[in-house]
Amino acid sequence: MDLVLVNLIDGLVTGLLLFMLSAGLTLIFSMMGVLNFAHASFYMLGAYFAYQISIALGFWMGLLIAPLIVGVLGAGVERYGLRRVHQYGHVPELIFTFGLALLIEELVQFIWGKNQMPYSVPDVLNFTAFAISGNSIPAYKIFMIFISVGIFLGLLYVLTKTRVGMIIQAALSYPRTVEALGHNVPLIFMGVFGVGTALAGVAGVIAGPVLGTFPGMAFVLGSIVFVTIVIGGLGSLWGALVASLLIGWITTFAKSYNIEMENILNAIGISTPEDLSESVFRDFWSLTSPQIADILPYILMVLILIFRPAGLFGKRIS
Amino acid sequence: MTDQLSTDPAKAVERMRAGSMTLSLAPWVIATVVLVFLPMVFTNNSALTIMNQMSITIVFALAYNMLLGQGGMLSFGHAVYAGVGGFACMHIMNMSDFFETIPLVILPIFGGLFGMGLAMIVGSFSTRSAGTVFAMISLGVGELIAACSVIIVAFFGGEEGISGDRTYAQPFFGVEFLQQIEVYYLTIAWLIISAALMYLWSRTPVGRMANAVRDNPERAQFLGYSARWVRYYSFIASGFFAGIAGGLFAINYEILTEENLNTASSGVILLVTFLGGVGFFFGPIIGAIAFTLLQTVLSLSTELWAFYAGVLFVATVMFFPGGLAGLIMMHVAAFKLGKASGLIKPYLKTLLPAAIGTLGLAALVEMTFHLRHAATGDDEMTIFWTTFSSHDILPWVIAVVITAVGLGIAKVTAPSLKEAWNEANTAGGAS
Repeated sequence: MDLVLVNLIDGLVTGLLLFMLSAGLTLIFSMMGVLNFAHASFYMLGAYFAYQISIALGFWMGLLIAPLIVGVLGAGVERYGLRRVHQYGHVPELIFTFGLALLIEELVQFIWGKNQMPYSVPDVLNFTAFAISGNSIPAYKIFMIFISVGIFLGLLYVLTKTRVGMIIQAALSYPRTVEALGHNVPLIFMGVFGVGTALAGVAGVIAGPVLGTFPGMAFVLGSIVFVTIVIGGLGSLWGALVASLLIGWITTFAKSYNIEMENILNAIGISTPEDLSESVFRDFWSLTSPQIADILPYILMVLILIFRPAGLFGKRIS
Repeated sequence: MTDQLSTDPAKAVERMRAGSMTLSLAPWVIATVVLVFLPMVFTNNSALTIMNQMSITIVFALAYNMLLGQGGMLSFGHAVYAGVGGFACMHIMNMSDFFETIPLVILPIFGGLFGMGLAMIVGSFSTRSAGTVFAMISLGVGELIAACSVIIVAFFGGEEGISGDRTYAQPFFGVEFLQQIEVYYLTIAWLIISAALMYLWSRTPVGRMANAVRDNPERAQFLGYSARWVRYYSFIASGFFAGIAGGLFAINYEILTEENLNTASSGVILLVTFLGGVGFFFGPIIGAIAFTLLQTVLSLSTELWAFYAGVLFVATVMFFPGGLAGLIMMHVAAFKLGKASGLIKPYLKTLLPAAIGTLGLAALVEMTFHLRHAATGDDEMTIFWTTFSSHDILPWVIAVVITAVGLGIAKVTAPSLKEAWNEANTAGGAS
């Protein structure tokens, strides 16, 4: 029972981290219809910038400045890159962001090299917050939870209670009408893109010390983020939240409980074949849940797409 | 919100996408003759290896363009169809009882069938819509299968992959495919057959409907065609030819690993196809040739070749969405008007300095990289056949001056090039 609680916390941390990325991605998608493949690359840039700043000015300044730089970069990419490609249609836009993701990875390797950076948890947060029957929970995890929940509440407040949020929501559904009312829609697009990438940057800053700051970090998380917003329903913020937490918990639990396929199959009445080493299905029989934990999100996505193509919270795809 | 490409024939850029080009027999005959006689010009083994690699990439890129260019479907996980086809061929190679009874030349068909089988399964739910949703699903499925390669060891062989021996097949008219040159002829035979079949496919009603569905799915549905089924057929056909490419890969390299399935390979084939130009049938062929040469030359001389490839890719998407084929076809009008010769001088005036400036820029990039990442004490570096110390100030000054002057001249002469271009594309009124 205690282990369940520990896993719940671990899964929550992973899920909230995923949410910070998928929230920005899904906002950008619902506004511009562009799936930003380079989104996770901005997350990586956030971690690297924060590392570089933390050497000179310490962790907290990194947390403050790095997302700002990433946001400005993101806005610049929208203004000078995406807007230009937009005239060619959606598929070239996707290809552009895909190319950008490749380019940013190469650029990071060019500047910082291929090795992992010694970006670590600040001393202030480097202690054990509390322990649950011998399993210690580091304070940094609690800090991550608070930061991401804070950002989520802030985002929710801005989007639903402020004037800017109202205009953004209106621009999501009826960009032409909002433009006719005298609002600068391209500027709103640029702003949303900037804020979305800045959110990814924040995620990078706080995830860098625990997940490692290395050139492959964008790739590791990137495809999971896309899977998340597909499961949640493209363009749905609540869907992104639910799907992120779901994936966070599923992968954490699958990793910590060793469930074997053989036991499941035996339990439902299929007996183990006599000679397993020769059978074609030997790998299937010896499957364990930690082994497949990392591909569970993909399997979930395929199942969702087959049975509910619009995603959990998505509107119907016309 | 519509995810599909919409074509506006009023715009020149988009008119090129329509891709309703008829190829006569002549290019095919010329290509065949060139391919047959190429090994007599380039006789050494490494050239043969490069040409084999090129041929396989061409088949794969053409198959990929059946989706991207002709069907408007962007796939981020197409390597798995080629990969699974290849793995299937490798397993057939290892089933010695069966493999002894078939000649090696028909092995790629099995790869094609397995690629097609996988495409039939995946396509049944992924082709429901085009655009972004299709791209996401292809990415997810691609990742899933690539991740399975370390789990399902019986089929994918885990991390070391699986390998086999092509020479155990039944001899084909006495040829046992021991030598590279024999494999080359096998590969080009399959290259020509599959390229011709893919071209003919694009001329059939189902191929034309793929174009229609790409441009305006709603209208195609009003005409009574199911957009989904049209996409499904294109997807299956593309999976088949991708599988053939995988089979050829298996024959050539006799080993397949996880690398043949992962997203990086899928990204490369997207890059190749887009670089060549998705709007024309021959675009991917040019792309595959250019990319393979570029990869071979650059990866020998610099560590940063992936970086340059990335820059080139992004620049292509931003400035030349028609790719190399689009650039070539832009000149057709000038040729027809007989004014193409007037373009040579302005081109030389602008592009030569631009190329020199770009090389200067590349030199700066290389020097920065060397300065940052070389081992301490290792100051010497060699670039463009000159060796110098990257810590001296002089080489930096020279590189900066070359870059600035080259790009400066290009910028100054660009307006006159534009003028010459407009002149060359205007009928009559020549002076």
